[in-house]
Parts: sequence; structure tokens; C-alpha cells
Amino acid sequence: MGAVVDGAAGRLRVPVSSEQVFKLTRYQLREYLRSRRFVALIAIIAVIGAILTALVAHFRGGLVSSNVAFYGSFWGGGIDLVIVLAAVFFGGDAIAGEFQNKTGYFLMGLPIRRTTVYVGKFIAAYLAAAATMLVFLAILLANGAYYFGTGAVPWQLLLSLALALVYLGAVLGATFFFSSLFKTSAYGFVLTAILFLFGFTILQDVIVGLVKIEPWMVISYAESTIGNVFGSGVNWGIFGTKTTTTTMIGRMMVQSTTWTPGIAEGFVIMLGYLIGTAAVGLLLFEREEFT
Amino acid sequence: MPKLVTVPSIETRDLTKSFGHFTALNGLNLKIEGTKCVGFLGPNGAGKTTTLKLLTNMIFPTRGDALLNGVSVREDRKAALADAGVLIESPEIYPSLTPNEALEMVADLRGVPPAERAERIATVLGEVKMTEWADQKVGRFSKGMKQRINIAATLVHDPAVLLLDEPSTGLDPRGMAEVRAIVRDLKKSRRLIFMSSHILSEVVDVCDEVALIDRGKLLFYDTLENVTTRFSDGHASLDASFARPLEPADDARLAALPGVTGSQRLDPKRVRLRFQGGAGGQERLIEGLVGLHLGLLSVAESESALEEIYLQQISRGD
Repeated sequence: MGAVVDGAAGRLRVPVSSEQVFKLTRYQLREYLRSRRFVALIAIIAVIGAILTALVAHFRGGLVSSNVAFYGSFWGGGIDLVIVLAAVFFGGDAIAGEFQNKTGYFLMGLPIRRTTVYVGKFIAAYLAAAATMLVFLAILLANGAYYFGTGAVPWQLLLSLALALVYLGAVLGATFFFSSLFKTSAYGFVLTAILFLFGFTILQDVIVGLVKIEPWMVISYAESTIGNVFGSGVNWGIFGTKTTTTTMIGRMMVQSTTWTPGIAEGFVIMLGYLIGTAAVGLLLFEREEFT
Repeated sequence: MPKLVTVPSIETRDLTKSFGHFTALNGLNLKIEGTKCVGFLGPNGAGKTTTLKLLTNMIFPTRGDALLNGVSVREDRKAALADAGVLIESPEIYPSLTPNEALEMVADLRGVPPAERAERIATVLGEVKMTEWADQKVGRFSKGMKQRINIAATLVHDPAVLLLDEPSTGLDPRGMAEVRAIVRDLKKSRRLIFMSSHILSEVVDVCDEVALIDRGKLLFYDTLENVTTRFSDGHASLDASFARPLEPADDARLAALPGVTGSQRLDPKRVRLRFQGGAGGQERLIEGLVGLHLGLLSVAESESALEEIYLQQISRGD
């Protein structure tokens, strides 16, 4: 035992990890909300909202035949794109950027667990992305109020919002996973955008068309529940519904099969993606070296 | 009642790191205690940054262990880094933050009580001479300014151990001088500073002890004085400057001075004298130089002694 010296360890108590997660989330969220990307994303969402507003105003017809149909079309038609964009904007470089921009060396010099950094950044990205969803929701509600008055918001919107929030978690989980996999931010951006904008949809079609099974393992299948809740005869269950239709094309009889996920099933699939991708991403980050 | 803390320490036990077939660090055993500045010297690629990253668990050892204040960073990185300030690889700070905000974040995550934070932040910003920039966004700062904020971030919790990885590298001469001055000032406070550098003069200028590493192997670790004595066979060097150019005949007169074992003209008005006899020999030599009436202007200990040792030790591995 040597001599006694002054030192921070004698006076300071490093916060417990859960407290550090909260603190890191707060600072990271402030960073996101101040960033140019946040402003840019709000602008993009405003444009999407404006386009949808113009389309509804121009075509009206069936779109405004009922409040449920309107909310289903407007919300269901735009929120998935908003979610993917928000996840890419806030999650694409969340982990890879720490390596690429060397900001990670600033954080990793602190007495903080990697899990804390990962979880703190995830929650901050989630909240920032959710905030942009609220902008889209506000545009929707403004339109709804214009056509149907303020008291005509269908209860399905609340459920759809809840499903959309789970979907956001799943997309962000995947984005964080890709971001942990590569040390270059661009890969995370591109992979997430490609997969969630059309990659999974193509995969889903391939599975249904060629393998002829329910595509329960594909997240785009589960994501359709966000819009489906506004439909009639909704399947609330944990298993999907198979519909086979026969169409005559000339003399040829063509049979096509579609699957519709149950609402509970969609929720479970999205939650599974969220937990699975976030966990694997965290594991990768835990093992990643700051070389 | 204040909690007592043992002398800060850095310890590595058979610390080894390989990247594929390349061994960046090979069985490093090092134990540093006390409050002083230790220069971790070596050429580029010697394993200095690898060692510091292993000491902070930024990378993981292939073999061995690294401990800060007696705590293994592998087993409990949080506890190990609690009383350490770390600056590795000139990190970037989130560009939208101001120095005040960045340091607030560091202080908050490190557990500096809210009541003390503002004062601590003001103090460290003053120490790195960035007070007037405290509320400007870091994204607009020069590399040197960012590095000063990085140094401030290592100090905000008043740590007992400081790990600095080539803090002046990449800066312009003015920035380098400023960073060195800051590190010199840090020595006044009672803490252990472990600073890697490939710049010999920086280590001589700032540090009390030196650990030389090359190709992942520790060559020696000792005080600057002991290193110079041990590797120079009792010889030392002085650089003497004169008011007028020396004549050829003056060389013989200089060589005949007491204790002188060799001389080398650095330029027409400067000569490096190698001598023996320690401090007494140095005193007699200076008296002799004055007695020659050659217009002696100044005498300074030659920095080349350590440089010769540095080059000699490193070339042994070639």
C-alpha cells in the first residue's frame, strides 16, 4: 500500500449504468434534435404530408368516404416510409459513426459500459425518430379535422400508432445491427434503406410465390398490420389468413395466394425483429475493437 | 470523512496484442506508481497506442492483463477508468456541442456533483486556455482547439491518472508548444501522467521518467537521468555557444579541457563536448570553458544524449 493521494475516486461516485443510460440518452437526443438531419427529415416529412394532402384534396372520392378509410389510407400510406427514413437518418451511423468520425474515442475514454452507450444511443435515436412520426401524425390529424371534424379520429389510429412504434423499434434495431456490423456509416444507411424500402417486400413475394408458405419471417409482412387495422374483418389473431384467388387471363386460369398477418402475429414478428437485431447488434458492438 | 486512495498506478502483466500474424505488443510488463510524468517513447508503430487502447479496453488483449489503480480493465472497465482521464487518438467531440456542453456531459457521466460542475468546467477550460470559446460550437474549432477541449475533458473530474496518447501529434508548432505547456502545468498537480510520444524532445521537455518501446517490446523504463547514465557509460554532453567563430586551433584547446573525451563542431560558433565526471566534471568543464576566453555565450546540456540512446536502442532491433 502506497502513500495517500487526492483523487476523483475518493470523492466521486460514477453513476450506475441505468443512470448513465438516461444521461447519455438525454445528451444524444439533444444532439439529434439540434442536428441538420433532424431539420432535413422534418422537411421531407412535411413534403410527404403535403403530397398526401394534395392527393386527398384532388381525388377525395373513396378516400374521404369515411373517417376510417381516410385515416387508414393517409396514415397507412405514408407512415412506413416515414419510419424507414427516420430509422436510417438517426440509426444509420449511430454506431458506425462512432468509429468513422472518432467520436467513439471520446465516449470510450469514460467509465461507461459499451452496453450503456449502445442502449443510450438506441433510445435517443428511437425518441428522435418517434418525434418525426409525430409530425406526420399532426399533418394527418389536421387533414382529418378538416374533412371530418376534430371528434372523428377512429380508435384504430391509436392501435396503428402503437404498431408503428413497435415497427420503428424493429427497423431501428436492424439499422443499429448494420451500423455495428460495419465501421463505415454508408453501409448502414444503404443496407437499411434497400432492405426496408423494397428488399423485404421482394423477399416476401418470393417466399409466397415460390416456397408457398406464410412469410411470417419477413418483417414487411408484419408491417402491413399497421394499415390493416383500419380494414373490415380484421384478423386479430396470432396466425395469418391465407386467401387464394383465381383469375382468368385469356384462356388461362391463374391462381394467386396472398397472406394477411394477424394483428397479434404482426406485433410478435416486429417485436422479435426488434429484440433479435438489437441484441445481435449489441453483441457485435461489445466485441468491436476501436483499432 | 474523506475516502483515502492509494497511489495511482498503471500496471500491465504480460500484455500482448496480435492482429492476425502481426504482434503489435509482445508481453509488456510495466508497473508505474506515484505522481509523476512518464513518457512512453517509441517510433511510429512501436505499440504505444496499442498499449494505451489496451489500458482502456478499447481493444482486447490476446494475452495478459491491464490494470488501472489495481482494477483490471477487462473485468471492470467502469471501476478501472473511474479515476483516470483518457485521451487517445485525438477523438472528435459531437460537433453541435459547445465545450461547456461537452464537458457537462463528461462531468455528468462521471458523477461530478451538479453543484461542482460549473466551477470544475470553468477551471479546466481555464487550464487549457479555452474560456472565451466555452459557448461556441466545437464543430467550428481548429484541430488544436479541439485537442485542448479533449485535454480539458480528461481533467474535469480531477483524475489521479492521466493517459495521453501523443497529445501534440498533428498540431502545428504553436499548437504543439501549447499542448506541451498544458501537460507541463498538469505536472504541478499531484497525479500520474502516462504520455505516449514519438517525439524525443517532448518527452525530455515534459517527463520525469521514460519507457522506451519498439516493435511491441519494452526496451527500458527508468528515470531520464538513470537512462542517460546507464546507457552513456558515464559520459554526458554539453552544447557550448560562442560569440565568434572558433579557429581550428581552438579545437585542440577544447579537447584538452578537464574531463573532455570528445568534441564535435555543430556550426562555426557551436560545439558539442562529450565529457565524464558527472556534476563535478560538468562544473570543472564550464570553468575551463570560461577560462579559455573564446567568447562563451551559453552552455546547455545536450539533448542528444537521450537521442543517441534512443537511436542506438531502436537500431539494435534492426
